[in-house]
Amino acid sequence: MAGRTLEVPIGREPESARSALPHASRTAGQRFPDIGSYAVIGDCRTAALVGADGGIDWACFPDFSGDAVFATLLDRSVGGAFRLCVLDPVEVTTLYVPATAVLETTARTQRGLAIIREAMSTLNEEEDCLEPEVEILRQIEIVEGEVDVHLLFEPRTDYGATPVRLKSKGRLGWSFARRSRFFNLATDLDVRSSVDGTRLEGTTQLTAGARRDVSLSFVSQDPGVVPPLGPEAHARMTRTVDWWRNWTASIAWDGLYRDAIVRSALCLKLLTHARSGAVIAAPTTSLPEDVGGSRNWDYRYCWLRDASLTTRALVALGCMDEAGAFLDWLLHATRQTSPRLRVLYDVYGGDRIPERVLSHLHGWRGSRPVRIGNTAHDQLQLDGYGQIIAAAAEFVAGGGHLGATQRRYLSGLGRVVRRRWREPDAGIWEIRGERRHYTHSKMLCWTAIDCLIRLTEDGFLTENVEELARTRAEIARTIEEECYDPQRGYLAAIGWKDPDASLLTMPKYGYLDARDDRFRQTFETIDRELTVGDGLLLRYPSGFDGLRGLENAFGITSFWAVEALARMGRLEEAKRRMETLLDCASDFGLFGEEIDAATCGVLGNYPQAFTHVGLILAAEAIARADEREQR
Amino acid sequence: MTAFPALAEAFGNIEIVLVWGLVATLVLTVGMYASQGLGVSRLSLPFLMGFYVTRRRSRAAIFGLLLYMFGGWVFAFLYAWLFATLGFSGWQWGLLGGLLHGLFLLAVILPLLPYLHPRVASPYSGPTARRRLEPPGFLGLNYGRMTPVTTLVSHAAYGSILGWALPG
Repeated sequence: MAGRTLEVPIGREPESARSALPHASRTAGQRFPDIGSYAVIGDCRTAALVGADGGIDWACFPDFSGDAVFATLLDRSVGGAFRLCVLDPVEVTTLYVPATAVLETTARTQRGLAIIREAMSTLNEEEDCLEPEVEILRQIEIVEGEVDVHLLFEPRTDYGATPVRLKSKGRLGWSFARRSRFFNLATDLDVRSSVDGTRLEGTTQLTAGARRDVSLSFVSQDPGVVPPLGPEAHARMTRTVDWWRNWTASIAWDGLYRDAIVRSALCLKLLTHARSGAVIAAPTTSLPEDVGGSRNWDYRYCWLRDASLTTRALVALGCMDEAGAFLDWLLHATRQTSPRLRVLYDVYGGDRIPERVLSHLHGWRGSRPVRIGNTAHDQLQLDGYGQIIAAAAEFVAGGGHLGATQRRYLSGLGRVVRRRWREPDAGIWEIRGERRHYTHSKMLCWTAIDCLIRLTEDGFLTENVEELARTRAEIARTIEEECYDPQRGYLAAIGWKDPDASLLTMPKYGYLDARDDRFRQTFETIDRELTVGDGLLLRYPSGFDGLRGLENAFGITSFWAVEALARMGRLEEAKRRMETLLDCASDFGLFGEEIDAATCGVLGNYPQAFTHVGLILAAEAIARADEREQR
Repeated sequence: MTAFPALAEAFGNIEIVLVWGLVATLVLTVGMYASQGLGVSRLSLPFLMGFYVTRRRSRAAIFGLLLYMFGGWVFAFLYAWLFATLGFSGWQWGLLGGLLHGLFLLAVILPLLPYLHPRVASPYSGPTARRRLEPPGFLGLNYGRMTPVTTLVSHAAYGSILGWALPG
């Protein structure tokens, strides 16, 4: 089972104890933990990253792309702090409670043993009660002996730029408000406010049988809600565990890699915005693709490029409710800007996402600038049309239903594709600068038309199939004549000889069979020229995007290669690569956007939905190939 | 005029009181909601009134608004009774009445809510399964620094409309 165990030699001061010293948040320096050492908790509206020292180092409110009140992930000195830990531990093990997104840390000291459970407690079913919008609930229970428990709470708004003044509200706890947003920290641990009122800190000695709670609640606009501690808090934690277990019980996957699939499904669920159905790319911003470099982007939004594969992964998992909600969001969001599509949207379908640099933040291991917002939203990506139509086709293939408005909208998108497929664009990788005729974009335009034909033949649409078939053939002719090189296979773009790993998805979209010689040749070129480690692939060669700095191996392209191998019938090789990639997961079975080829460490925004989608689809392809072989 | 004939007069003008009571309540409601929506204050009297009668958020929103509108009419009658008792009215007197009304709410009713409202928690005893709403505190300041201002302005508008519309 994935998890993290830290053994601390007796007599040596552990990191958690050092960082729990008074004023630690000011003096901790800028030593950043590995990205892969973080676990993620969430409530399907927002998420928080929990570090090995018991610190919540990243949490945004009220939703994924809201203001970060804890941003220690990006700056150890001004990012604030919300740390709950046991002092002087000799061994600390952190695991997810099986089949949930609830964390459980077992900390042993020389004098005792404590268990800390933490989660975001408020989930969908509780919305109709008097509950806060968000609650981070942390509970500690002393199992044996005597344990010193340390709590440090120092929130800062505006991504760490503004310290807050905490007001004591008697037995309700401490609160602060920022504009219309209200936060309340309630705890039955001993804490004292600092002189300037910006920080709470305290150490409590607890003995076996003691149980204490820490609850950070958040409400916007309305009067605040302060959830009670004690047995009520215990009941909330139990409900949360049960909620996640019930959800994972519905995952339809009994095949290979079940643990990795369940963790990936939980990751996708954590990154799904319950109120809108949107699936965001990742809950973080500016975790770098290149340590110390400038490839730092804000991923707390929804990318169209992920749409059809995400839908397909959800359908493969049997999560038809989530797939339907995601498709509804997708069609709703893109209809607002249709016929022009944005590259990304926020969770409510908004398309105004201005990019801003947060110069006060140091950046993870000095990776600057730290950006919020994303100007990529204004690029032209023609593959977006294909993604939407293919997502609808995947949903229908899984047994879903399309409404009359949705069908009309898909037909309208088809007309746009027929009109615009010859144009150059920024491509799936959002390459800034001059537009190019990317093969992948042309292929997704082909996919759009192909899916429309299938939907028409299945009776969902009433399109002119002959006209569509003519367009499909014309696009295919362009790809075959201008994007294919007999020596290298399909190329990244017309006039460019470079390989592009996104073309590994050609069989997935049905453009050609994986056993076709043209695809084999394409695979070999990509595998030969883009491999940077065992089973690890770049998405394109260095310098192809015109940016300075090096790229690392891309998570999803590496899983695409596994899928391609399985589809090509090279099952053993696919399985071997799959195992290798699974070994690159973080301590908690999670993947970021990229993988460091040298250390196999996690890089880029984390955890990344797209990579987990790749993992699920690779496992699905292996399972199918396995089935075929056994037959 | 003494109190009882004045009450009879207030009831005699029931159509005026109902119509202008509704208008004034709508203005008051819009004012309070606008201050919430603009992030100036988190005070929502319909929200608090709704949770007085139910623990379900969806029902509280509807019940609260209905109770609030009904309360607006009740207060419109009280204003009509007061103006009839005094024998004069006018928007200035209405404004004064609205300010006093708002001040009473802020300085007396809101601080007493932990003792009057079944779901408002008390800082002395902490939250419970039933009582978990943040108390508004003196002048409603827990709900935002501008809460007294927006509450007084909204109630002043409510009173001014009634003072202008109702006979003295």
